[in-house]
Amino acid sequence: MSIDFHYAWKQLITNWPLFWYGIKMTIAFALVGTLVGLALGLVIGAIRCLPLDPLDKPVTRFFKQLGRLITSFYVWVFRGTPMMVQAVFLYYLLKPVFHWSTMVAGFVIISINTAAYMAEIIRSGIQSVDVGQTEAAKAIGMTNFQTMMSIIFPQAIKNTFPSLGNQLIVNIKDSCMLNAISVVELFFQAQSVAGSNMRYIEVYFDTAILYLILTTLATLLLNFTEKKINKTTRATIKDFSA
Amino acid sequence: MEPIIQVNHLGKSFGDLKVLKDIDFTINKGQVVTIIGSSGSGKSTLLRCINLLEVPDSGEITFHGKNILGGQMDASTYRSKVGMVFQNFNLFANKSVIENCMIGQVKVLKKSKDEARAEAMKQLKAVGMEQFAEASSTTLSGGQKQRVAIARALCMKPEVILFDEPTSALDPEMVGGVLDVMKQLASEGLTMAVVTHEMQFAKDVSDVVCFMDKGIILEQGSSEEIFDHPKEERTKQFLSRFNNQ
Repeated sequence: MSIDFHYAWKQLITNWPLFWYGIKMTIAFALVGTLVGLALGLVIGAIRCLPLDPLDKPVTRFFKQLGRLITSFYVWVFRGTPMMVQAVFLYYLLKPVFHWSTMVAGFVIISINTAAYMAEIIRSGIQSVDVGQTEAAKAIGMTNFQTMMSIIFPQAIKNTFPSLGNQLIVNIKDSCMLNAISVVELFFQAQSVAGSNMRYIEVYFDTAILYLILTTLATLLLNFTEKKINKTTRATIKDFSA
Repeated sequence: MEPIIQVNHLGKSFGDLKVLKDIDFTINKGQVVTIIGSSGSGKSTLLRCINLLEVPDSGEITFHGKNILGGQMDASTYRSKVGMVFQNFNLFANKSVIENCMIGQVKVLKKSKDEARAEAMKQLKAVGMEQFAEASSTTLSGGQKQRVAIARALCMKPEVILFDEPTSALDPEMVGGVLDVMKQLASEGLTMAVVTHEMQFAKDVSDVVCFMDKGIILEQGSSEEIFDHPKEERTKQFLSRFNNQ
């Protein structure tokens, strides 16, 4: 076991344009996957929490139950299989239909995979909001949809922010699984660099450091955002007692 | 007298427990109806059924003659005309005080933000909370929260407000402020149905007092009839502590 740190540094500098492109793509996959995943997860999580109201018409009740069934199935499948397998399967399955590039497929797959996790986080977030909030919204005549959008989602997202943010860090790392369909991102670039000069240890050491820097920056960003979210509440207290 | 809400033969069970048995109940325009009785007698459930937060198993509820359980009226539209004030306030935790009062006006009544803000300030003034308009709702004391909750209900210009034990979660010093606001509203002619354990308040403001026991309205009448000359043994027993004070 030996590692030549000097050579590792040299590799990083010489191949920086390749690494830099990989970094940018990895960030793109992580950000898109997390944000689109969150948007989809909000919808899926909300459908999974749809309350069955005895006042519902039979048609409404049928669609609510159908929606619950479909979303439960979705979460079951996408949380229960590796993203790498989802990537190869869906890429080849849908290629004749969409004629998509591996990059587009990569964005889609990381998003729908993340959505399954987000849906579960959002579901727990929705359940963490006091039922009195929903009752108060209903009592002033707000519809279920208005209640969700204005009252429940903002609180659910705030309550689960650390878990939601964690998905960004997971995605920075797990986007490398898209390598299975040859998507160009940091790990793909690392493989190219390593293969071209046969110095695996040094190049993968560089790669590990680069991932660590990315996840550290993401953590700092998330901590900062979390503090800011909490501060808005605290600032109001201060303003009003002054 | 013009009935706003009429409840006929209302029944509600939670599992095997029959909480409401064949309830007949009317809220007339301009009246203050209080519902008293021991815990578990079905008072809150009755109020929650009236606002459809619980769906009755049997019977009917009419609003100006329209059956609201039979789909003659949309639940959201109906609820926007029937305000509710909860024991636990239930102010929207992600909204400031004034936003709590504005959101229903903007989303449900489709008013402009400026109109809604002006109305919200007016109602906050009425409950003495205007200086807290921009505060976060989570920073207030219980009594302040409940006064904001009353303002929030008033902003919708409801025809009747249902109060579900509005002072039960407050410490004794806060109770007075909330009751004063409610007395003021009663004197202005607001139609109210109040579930309460505040007997003096019930005696002072009620046009009609209903005494509930084990899921039925055992006795109802004017304030004097119930408090000074109760007919039923159970009513006398329930009121004995209050009347002996």
